[in-house]
Amino acid sequence: MRKPTGFTWITLWTIFVYLFMFLPIGVVVLLSFNASQFGSFPMTGFSLQWFGELATNDAIIRAFQTSALLGILTAIISTTIGVLASLAMVRYDFPGKTTISTLLIAPILVPEVVLAVALLLFLQLMNVPKSFPLLLMGHVIFTLPFVVLVVQARLIGVRRDYEEAAMSLGASPIQTFFRVTLPLIMPAVMAGALFAFTISFDDITGTLFWKPGGVETVPTQIFAMLRNSISPEINALGTVMIVLTVGLPLLGLAVMRQVSARQGAQAGAPA
Amino acid sequence: MENAVELRDIVKRFGSFTAVHRMSLDIEQGSFLTLLGPSGCGKTTTLRMIAGLIDTTEGDISIKGKRVNNLPIHKRNLGIVFQNYALFPHKTINENVAFGLKYRGVVGEEAERRVRDALELVQLPQMGDRYPRQLSGGQQQRIALARAIVIEPDVLLLDEPLSALDANLREDMRVELKRIQDKLGITTVFVTHDQGEALAMSDKIVVMRGGKIEQVGEPQAVYDAPESEFVAEFLGSTNILGGRVSGRQGEGVTVDATPFEGVEVPADRAGQTNGATDIKLLLRAEKLLVEPGGSADGGGIAAPAVVETVDYQGQSVRYFLRVGDRRLQAINMVNGKPFAEGETVTARFDPRHCSLLPAQPGEAQA
Repeated sequence: MRKPTGFTWITLWTIFVYLFMFLPIGVVVLLSFNASQFGSFPMTGFSLQWFGELATNDAIIRAFQTSALLGILTAIISTTIGVLASLAMVRYDFPGKTTISTLLIAPILVPEVVLAVALLLFLQLMNVPKSFPLLLMGHVIFTLPFVVLVVQARLIGVRRDYEEAAMSLGASPIQTFFRVTLPLIMPAVMAGALFAFTISFDDITGTLFWKPGGVETVPTQIFAMLRNSISPEINALGTVMIVLTVGLPLLGLAVMRQVSARQGAQAGAPA
Repeated sequence: MENAVELRDIVKRFGSFTAVHRMSLDIEQGSFLTLLGPSGCGKTTTLRMIAGLIDTTEGDISIKGKRVNNLPIHKRNLGIVFQNYALFPHKTINENVAFGLKYRGVVGEEAERRVRDALELVQLPQMGDRYPRQLSGGQQQRIALARAIVIEPDVLLLDEPLSALDANLREDMRVELKRIQDKLGITTVFVTHDQGEALAMSDKIVVMRGGKIEQVGEPQAVYDAPESEFVAEFLGSTNILGGRVSGRQGEGVTVDATPFEGVEVPADRAGQTNGATDIKLLLRAEKLLVEPGGSADGGGIAAPAVVETVDYQGQSVRYFLRVGDRRLQAINMVNGKPFAEGETVTARFDPRHCSLLPAQPGEAQA
C-alpha cells in the first residue's frame, strides 16, 4: 500500500463535496419510484404509480401548463430583446453605452428577493394589479442578462467583414441580419433561449412575489404541497423537473455543438 | 475617357483626428488604380468612403457621374474583396457566389450559369458544393473575387486582398488578379502597403501619406521621378545625398553632392529644382553598381568604396558601402561571387539615372 498523499485527500474531499451536493437529488429521484405510501425510506418496492397520480392531478397539470407557457414566452421575449441589445452593444457606439450595459447585467448582481420586492412595490405604487403579463415581465427582466451575456460573447467573435460583405453585395441591413448575422450567432441565441426557459421554469422567489392569486407554477405548486406533507407525488414531480431542467439544456448544447461543428471555426467563436 | 469614380475635396475626421484631408481624385473607367502608403496614411479610409462603409465628413464622391454621398452601401453596386476573404462560413461556395445575384433579380438557371462562369474565371469550377473552411487561403480569396465580380459591379474595391496570403501564393494571385481585371475591364481600386504589388499591377499609383496625396502617376513615372523624399524612400531603396548646384548647361544641371562631384543630371530629371541651389540628389540603390576596386573608366561617376555589410538575397545582393564619410546602399544582381565584407570596391553610377529634389519643399519657388 502506498502512503496516502495530499492529492489522495483532495480527491476524497472532492468526492465528498459532490456527494453532499448530488446525493439529496439522487434520493428524491430514487424515492419517486418507491411503492410506499410515504415519501420516505424504507423502499418497499418499485412503482410508477406516483407518476400516474401526477398525470391525473388537475392542480399539477395546470401548474405545468402555466410554467411551460411562462417559460416559452419568457424565452421568446428575452431572446428577442437580448439579441437586439447585444447587437446595439457590440456593433454600435452611443452615449451612455457602458451604463446601459451595466444596467442590463444588473439583475444578476442584485439578490433576487430584493428585485422581487422592488418590482412588487413599484407595481403597487403604480396601482397596477398583479397579473400574468406582469409575472412574465418579471421573468424577462432577470433572464435577460443571461441571454445578453451569451449572445454578446458570440457576436464579438463574428467579424464585421461578413456583414459588410453582405451589404456590399446588395443586402439591406435587415436582410444582412437575417441571412448572415443571425445564422452565425444562432448557437448562442439557442443557448440564451434555453437558459431563459430553464431559469423561468425553475424560478420560485420572484414568482412567489409576482404571481396573481390562483395562478401556480410548478415550483410554487411544490412549495404549496410541501406545507401540508411530504407526499410521494412531490418526489415524482421533482424527478420530472430535474429531467426537464437538466435534460433540456444538455440536449440544446449537443444540438449546438453539431451546428457549430458544421459551420467550422470560421465563424470565429469556439466550437 | 470617362471617370468611373470622382472624389472632390473629401475629408474624414474621427473625433479630432483627420484621417483623410481634402483629397480629390479621378479614377478612369476601366483603369486599375492603387492607393499606396504606410499604415495610417488614409488609404483604407478612402476606400471605405468610396464603398459607403463610412461617411465622408466633407466633400463629394461620385460613381458613374452620380453623387453617392447619401447612398447606402447596398445600393452602390460595388464589389468588395476583403483582406480576410469574409466568405460566409455557413454557406457553400455556390451560395456565397450567388448571394449578390438574388438582390439583382437574377435567379434560377441564369444565376447558376453566372456562378459557374465566375468560378471558371477564377479557375475553381469544381468547388461549388464545398464550404469555405474546406478551401485554402488562396482558394478562398479567389472565391471572394468571384463573389465580388459576378454581380458586375461598377467598381471593384480591393482592400489589401493579398496580404493574408504567403509570399509565393501572393505573387501568383497578383498575376491572376491582373489577368481577370484586364479581361473584364472593370474599374478597380486597390489598397496596399506593398510597393511591389502597386508597381506590378497598377495603371496609376496614388501614393498617400498622413491623409494626403503625395504623388499620382503611372508606376514607372512615380518610380523614376519621385516628387518627394517620402515617395523616393517608400518605393524602393534610395540614397538621398544633400548637395549644391555648381553649374547649368542648357536645361541640364551639374551637381556636387558629397561624396560625388560634377554629376550632370539631364533636364528631364532636374525639372523639379526650378533653379534652387541647395538640392538633394536621389540615387536608386539598384542604379549604384559595385565593381572590383580600381576599375577605372567605366564611364559615369565613380568613387572608391569599402563594403561594410553584405545582405545576400539569392538572385540579388544588397551592399552597404562606405564612400568617403557617407554610407550608401547598392542592390546588384549577383554575377558569380558577391563581394565580401571589408573588400575595397568601386561604386559607379550613370548620372542619367539620378534625379533631383529641392533641399526643402517650397524652396524651389523662392
